[in-house]
Amino acid sequence: MRVPLSWLGEFVDLAPGTTPEDVHAALVSVGLEEEDIHRFEVSGPIVVGEVLEFVGEEQTNGKTINWCQVQVAPDGELAADDGPAVHGIICGAHNFAVGDKVVVTLPGASLPGPFPIAARKTYGHTSDGMIASARELGLGDEHDGILLLKNLGIDAPVGTDAIALLGLDDSAVEINVTPDRGYAFSIRGVAREYSHATGVPFRDPALALTVVAPVTLFPVTIDDQAPIREQTGATVFVTRVVRGVDPTRPTPAWMIARLGLVGIRSISLIVDVTNYVMFELGQPLHGYDLDKLAGGIIVRRATIGEKFTTLDAVSRTLNVEDLLITDESGPIGLAGVMGGASTEITTQTVNVLVEAANFDPVSIARSARRHKLPSEASKRFERGVDPRVAAVAAARVVQLLVDLAGGVADDLGSVYDEAPAPQPILLPTGFVSGLIGLAYTDDEVRDALVDVGASLVEADGDLQVTPPSWRPDLTDKWTLAEEVARIVGYDRIPSVLPVAPPGRGLTRTQTLRRTVAQTLAATGHTEVLTYPFVSERANNLFGVAVMSTQTDAGAPMADAASAAPVPVPQMKVANPLDGEAPFLRTSMLPGLLQIAHRNRSRGLVDVAIYEQGLVFRPEVGVTYGTVVLPAGAERPSTEAEAALNTGIVPQPLLVGVVLVGNDVRHQPALPAVAAGWQSALAAVQQLALATGVRIEVRQGRHPAMHPGRTAELFVTVAAATAAASTVSVGFAGELLPAVADDYDLPTVVAVAEINLGLVFAQADGDLTVTPIRTMPAATQDLSLVVAASVPAAAVRTAVAEGAADLLESIELVDDYRGAGVEPGQKSLTFALRFRREERTLTAAEASAARLAGVAVAAERFGATLRE
Amino acid sequence: MSDSAGPIDPPAITEAAVNIAVDAGLAAIAAADTTAALRRVRSEHAGESSPLSKLNALMRSVPGNQKAAAGKLVGQARGAVTKALTAREDEIGTAEAAARLLAETVDVTAAASAWKAGARHPISLLSERAADVFVAMGWEVAEGPELESEWFNFDGLNFDEDHPARAMQDTFFVEPTDAHLVLRTQTSPVQLRALLSRELPVYVVAPGRVFRTDELDATHTPVFHQIEGIAIDKGLTMAHLRGTLDHFVQALFGPEAKVRLRPNYFPFTEPSAELDVWHPTFKDGARWIEWGGCGMVHANVLRSAGIDPEVYSGFAFGVGVERAVMFRNDVKDMHDMVEGDIRFSQQYGMTV
Repeated sequence: MRVPLSWLGEFVDLAPGTTPEDVHAALVSVGLEEEDIHRFEVSGPIVVGEVLEFVGEEQTNGKTINWCQVQVAPDGELAADDGPAVHGIICGAHNFAVGDKVVVTLPGASLPGPFPIAARKTYGHTSDGMIASARELGLGDEHDGILLLKNLGIDAPVGTDAIALLGLDDSAVEINVTPDRGYAFSIRGVAREYSHATGVPFRDPALALTVVAPVTLFPVTIDDQAPIREQTGATVFVTRVVRGVDPTRPTPAWMIARLGLVGIRSISLIVDVTNYVMFELGQPLHGYDLDKLAGGIIVRRATIGEKFTTLDAVSRTLNVEDLLITDESGPIGLAGVMGGASTEITTQTVNVLVEAANFDPVSIARSARRHKLPSEASKRFERGVDPRVAAVAAARVVQLLVDLAGGVADDLGSVYDEAPAPQPILLPTGFVSGLIGLAYTDDEVRDALVDVGASLVEADGDLQVTPPSWRPDLTDKWTLAEEVARIVGYDRIPSVLPVAPPGRGLTRTQTLRRTVAQTLAATGHTEVLTYPFVSERANNLFGVAVMSTQTDAGAPMADAASAAPVPVPQMKVANPLDGEAPFLRTSMLPGLLQIAHRNRSRGLVDVAIYEQGLVFRPEVGVTYGTVVLPAGAERPSTEAEAALNTGIVPQPLLVGVVLVGNDVRHQPALPAVAAGWQSALAAVQQLALATGVRIEVRQGRHPAMHPGRTAELFVTVAAATAAASTVSVGFAGELLPAVADDYDLPTVVAVAEINLGLVFAQADGDLTVTPIRTMPAATQDLSLVVAASVPAAAVRTAVAEGAADLLESIELVDDYRGAGVEPGQKSLTFALRFRREERTLTAAEASAARLAGVAVAAERFGATLRE
Repeated sequence: MSDSAGPIDPPAITEAAVNIAVDAGLAAIAAADTTAALRRVRSEHAGESSPLSKLNALMRSVPGNQKAAAGKLVGQARGAVTKALTAREDEIGTAEAAARLLAETVDVTAAASAWKAGARHPISLLSERAADVFVAMGWEVAEGPELESEWFNFDGLNFDEDHPARAMQDTFFVEPTDAHLVLRTQTSPVQLRALLSRELPVYVVAPGRVFRTDELDATHTPVFHQIEGIAIDKGLTMAHLRGTLDHFVQALFGPEAKVRLRPNYFPFTEPSAELDVWHPTFKDGARWIEWGGCGMVHANVLRSAGIDPEVYSGFAFGVGVERAVMFRNDVKDMHDMVEGDIRFSQQYGMTV
């Protein structure tokens, strides 16, 4: 809502020198947020001039331009630019005659654009200024010729400052009006708020008019057969008639200027007046050409398939919820949204029927949304219009049409008014103070409520508060408390820190999330935050579960590779911003790969990034959501609450890691280490160590991944029953080179993705620790030759099992293939550390344990000692 | 040796002879400048075949009455040489150790590291810090789904189906839309979830990601982060809201931070306020910055959770994390926070 200061000043006294910034500050303090300041960007010497003579001069291009002598100051005086009283000016327009008063922008003036005016040589003359059109002045769209003051009904002496004359010295503050304060979509409402903010008296324009009841009734019928949510479509319908309007009368400059400042284009005097009064009083108005109306008005709902041509000449198919203004010819208006073409006010209109109605906010909001026709009128109706201002607004239109358009107020009209009176609200003594935490005096409470227009009745010490008609938002004692707090001032509310009961701190999961984030960052990965919007293709590629190609004992699994691609169940955004990525991610990786590419494209070649976040994984065959929602303002039934919760798509917490380029860059005495599948697994193990959960690695397969360089990740689930089981928690390795290429990344891209929820579930803070043995240790190396296809981890497990309790630690230190080892075989070297709890163990004991380990590996994998 | 010449008289233990041997020894010690050279000198001047040792060997033939004097003379001489040797040994050892270390000099500005730098994102870090402020006061941290039922995002929060505020929200809906699932437009659904699932009183904060259909530009992003707080107890007032916010901004931004409340409208609070925060060190100078919304939890929200608004009251607030990073760290363009350029987060390291 834009508020011209001159207009505001009609209803409250603005101190001399009040700036738009001052007005903003005042309005902000009562809850109207500042948005902007609007001004006519005209300045400098702009004056009334009179055309003394002009000579048409034909140009080589066939155009005729006029060389004009324009009187811009009385004879014998200097003009406003200190130049002579008569200026020679070139003018291309032809809509004027000698003796016409025009607006002359003299050298030194500036017009919107900014467009500075200076004397300039053109068409063989020095044009000492410019004669302006309405559009050039920012006063509307008229640009077919220069602005003739007589067309605005103005005759001012030459030399008069045209900026003030045309109202171009005004400015407007723009404020944001919250949905609960529809009344502030009017100068009347904003003036009242300004009064609250500053204490200056408010002169209500609605009380300044005398409303004369019509003598002859214009027939109006409200026939709403299908109220929406039990609310009748129209509760007030006032009509008034003005006859004999002179359609040639111009809209006065001050009205054009004010409408321009509030953002409304001047159209014709009658239309301008209805718009003007809407902004002044907040009541949307519609003018009909009375002579085009057929019979009385009936307000009703549209019928199925009914059509209506709105005044923008668009034929619209109506919905049965649409509220219509009709006459005997059919629809003549889509109530509260837009009028019809057939009864539109035109330049021939002389008899006008003014409509000031009050429509149901929900009905209007739905119609405006349905037909995508948000308008100044619908905006006001949606938020609630003061039902008591309709008759006043109609009277104000009549008054202006009489005063400005030469019309005569007719005694024909109607006053339908079934608007319910506001209901009183019980405000218990002390309630406001108790809610706000500030001891308001009884007077402060009363004065604030009276200030906003409420009427009060004492009832057993409590107050019965009847809100004013323009405040449909005041519905309970809490809303009244806000009014008191707001009018007295939020700055008065004290600061008291409440004491919460003792809390339990972060949950284990919350702590682990932070641990994972800190660990990955501390080990060289940079946290990024990606959007969860991806393509269906990306989900189908990455959202697939990884498959093992080996059993947990290390044996290869037969059918692992033959995975047919299956569409991944996924959720689609109905109104995506990016049509290429309308689906919600089922994997963290597509977003991370895009970010890796973005970094590479910016010359950052070594990229190690991660993100923790939710993915959206609907399950096959499950219908999510809730078609019928429970009502608000009451607790859903147990069943309804359960239905809401089971309707939520599973959203597990994942972490994704992507590494490209070098893990370690080349440095003095340090060769580069390229990122690869080991980097991804290192990230996994860092995460595992940090959370205290052992993550087991097995050879795996995934459609997005390199077939030989992919690990499936498992955690062991401790079960209450004897048998523990393992659960797959994700995968790590290198991308399929073709997929890397799809993302414009180099051939080797290391990735990992882990379902953290599954990992965290195994993070047991209550683990039983192994006592630390302090006797001396014995260390031995062990080299075993096995088939190259046998996983090292399986061999390690076998040795550990065989070596049993004396073995304290076993680490793989080498994987050798080549001379001395048969082709198809490999030599794995482990460093073993043995220790006894109670005494120093002997070399013989250590060797025996080592050989026991070898025996198990030999039995399982045919491992042989390589001495 | 020749008998005719008679046995060569061994040098007698004379002061002159001792002095010659000592002087020669001390000179040789002083001249030695390496551990190896000193070893040779030790052998030549303090060894068994050194002149002083030979003089010492003559002690057997020194007449008894001269033994003491001769012994003293030789003993002192040998002592002087040994002392000089030890002193020189220390000197050379120290010098050699120093030289060795000097030779090990590296260019400390050219250090290589197998460790690489990672970093946290400031949005995550600031969310954690904010949560910590509340955890320290006994509040708990709550979470909820990002793809949420409209009941939790709207209906239960007092957004009537025709409420202008509901149309005002730029909501991402998922298909089919009649399933009423939306990407939550605010962290407020967590309020309701907390109230439905916990015993009263409730004091929780909910940091999280939220979604609105705003195109990415310098100040908007369709995916952003909020921190929501809600406290429901008996007797909570708007003064408690202000007290909590005062403490929060001072803990987060510094003791000089101030809070200003301005009347505003939100469907889920009544009274409602816009929350402005002021700090002298904000980029572009000390100023008020709009940071979020707050108010007393609307009676209908309490009723949605089955709580009697005549018995309990409470407050709620929600602030934008991106916005806080912007005004706190002078981030001028939202793109920097959402594009994932590693140079952005790496400016922060592991802390905000």
